[in-house]
Amino acid sequence: MSARALTTADNPQPFALADWWSRNQRKVIPYIFLAPFLVSLLVFTVYPAGAAFFLSFQRVRGFISPEEGGGVVLEYKGLDNYERLLTKDKRFRTAIINGAEFALGTVLIQMPIALGMALLMNAPHIRFKVLARLAFFAPYITSAIVVGWIFTLIFQDRYGLLNAALNALGLEGVGWLTNKAFVMPALIILGLWTWCGYNSLFFLAGLQNVPDDLKEAARIDGANTIRVFWHITIPFLRPVFVFVVITGLIGSFSLFSQPYLLFDSGAGPGDAGLFPVMYLFFMGFENFRMGYASAIGYLLTAIILLITGLQLLLFRLWRV
Amino acid sequence: MHLKVKRANIMGPGRVNLMFMNSVVLIGVLLTAIPFIYMITASFRQQGELYSLPVTIMPREWHGHNYVKLFGDTHFVIWYGNTIFTAGLRTALGVYFAALAGAAFAKYEFRFKRFFFFLVLATLTLPFQVLLVPLFLMMVDFGWVDTYWAVIVPGIVAAFNIFLMRQYIEAVPDELMDAARIDGASEFGIFHRIILPLVRPALGVVAILTFVNTWNDFLWPLIVLHDDTKYLLSIGIATMDGPYDVEIGAIMAASFLSTLPILIVFILMQRQIIAGLTQGAIRG
Repeated sequence: MSARALTTADNPQPFALADWWSRNQRKVIPYIFLAPFLVSLLVFTVYPAGAAFFLSFQRVRGFISPEEGGGVVLEYKGLDNYERLLTKDKRFRTAIINGAEFALGTVLIQMPIALGMALLMNAPHIRFKVLARLAFFAPYITSAIVVGWIFTLIFQDRYGLLNAALNALGLEGVGWLTNKAFVMPALIILGLWTWCGYNSLFFLAGLQNVPDDLKEAARIDGANTIRVFWHITIPFLRPVFVFVVITGLIGSFSLFSQPYLLFDSGAGPGDAGLFPVMYLFFMGFENFRMGYASAIGYLLTAIILLITGLQLLLFRLWRV
Repeated sequence: MHLKVKRANIMGPGRVNLMFMNSVVLIGVLLTAIPFIYMITASFRQQGELYSLPVTIMPREWHGHNYVKLFGDTHFVIWYGNTIFTAGLRTALGVYFAALAGAAFAKYEFRFKRFFFFLVLATLTLPFQVLLVPLFLMMVDFGWVDTYWAVIVPGIVAAFNIFLMRQYIEAVPDELMDAARIDGASEFGIFHRIILPLVRPALGVVAILTFVNTWNDFLWPLIVLHDDTKYLLSIGIATMDGPYDVEIGAIMAASFLSTLPILIVFILMQRQIIAGLTQGAIRG
């Protein structure tokens, strides 16, 4: 104590700051470490989120030319945008229904196949494990644009690979991208190819986390394979289910690049390939109805939060 | 002994069943591989062949002219360079900032720590798309439209990356950091010379994921980059059929060449990447 007082007295001004720093840096440094994150959060997330909320009650009346300073002329419209979206806008409804259908396809078709694949890959003596891991992850890291282009070829009416395969099986080919009724199945097939293997790797990681001795103990107690699977394996996979289902649902409503490319910057025949984020993009950046687009964004957020909340609740009930 | 019990129970089905299971896995691998193979072979075909019957996976004749056209008639090389630069810079900065924040959460006590961590988790639930319109207006204000800052800066400190870094940095022994402090090291020195080298594998995973995400991102670059010499690969390839009057074969060539580096990196590091990605989901 007296030693410190002495040093400060000896070096009054120039070293005071350095001294303070050497004593307090451990307290201050976490804030410095967090600064880039906090600044980025404030400027590029919190502020725009607030601005979007404000915009969602406005209508764009016009644009100020760059010579006069640039900017947008707004008019307050209260809840008009939301009301219109929820009651009158048929395209928005179509987009939500399409998102829901794709989500349903993801949960009901993709997840069971992914889990099945994971179980196969986790079984002892299975070959091709390394190859399968590699193959199943590859579509996920491939750009959605590249995937879109490949599947424009595969889904072609006359010269497409998929219809050729159907013909070889003695079935009639269909207009995957031109017939309104087959657009959703086509997108679900594309989704299956892109995300099924990826999800199976999550299930596989979960399966490898199930303690072997627990399964063994159950078996010694006389439980058969199905019971062991149902009462031990599945409960252990719970967090993986939560993750896979929630990310799958959010992804379904946010689908953009693949349909945008498949339908040539459009929404497909009769809007069959229209999704909420796509609609937001069309409204905000092609029609410049930025208030309306912001309202779409907030409704989308509400839907996603609702679904996530419901999922978490459902999975919590399951635990009991 | 134990092993035998186990095998008999799980694999009760026996050899025929094992063969069946193996072939199911193999079919899955094949179905996943076919579109990739088709992409590669299509890039070596002539346009006419892709629009003729019978449909085949392998070309009847191999041609290189799609690649000639790609390099000669489009800005493909420029896009490639733009993408490497943008993704590289965004990755370097993003990983560094995520590690800093991760270290703060893992190794320091400070006021509002729990609140800040709650903020990290909260940003995970907010869909980025809500921000598109105001972010774009902000880019206009900043004069960042048609510059790479617009792609690099917003969202550079990803919450998921902070989360991952925090988990790995927690495993760095406190004693090591304390010993360095006694030796007079500064906190930044400790971060650079002790924490970063010890979490190198995690840095690799976060770096690759950030790089791949930026490399493949489409919607945001589409909104902020309008000049076709500024394009990144994703927008360039998506719009290749328009202004350049390019055939689908050349688009497949571009697709193949733009996917190649990502696939190679993934093949080299697949174990770490998959572990890094799936770790969070298992723990819930």
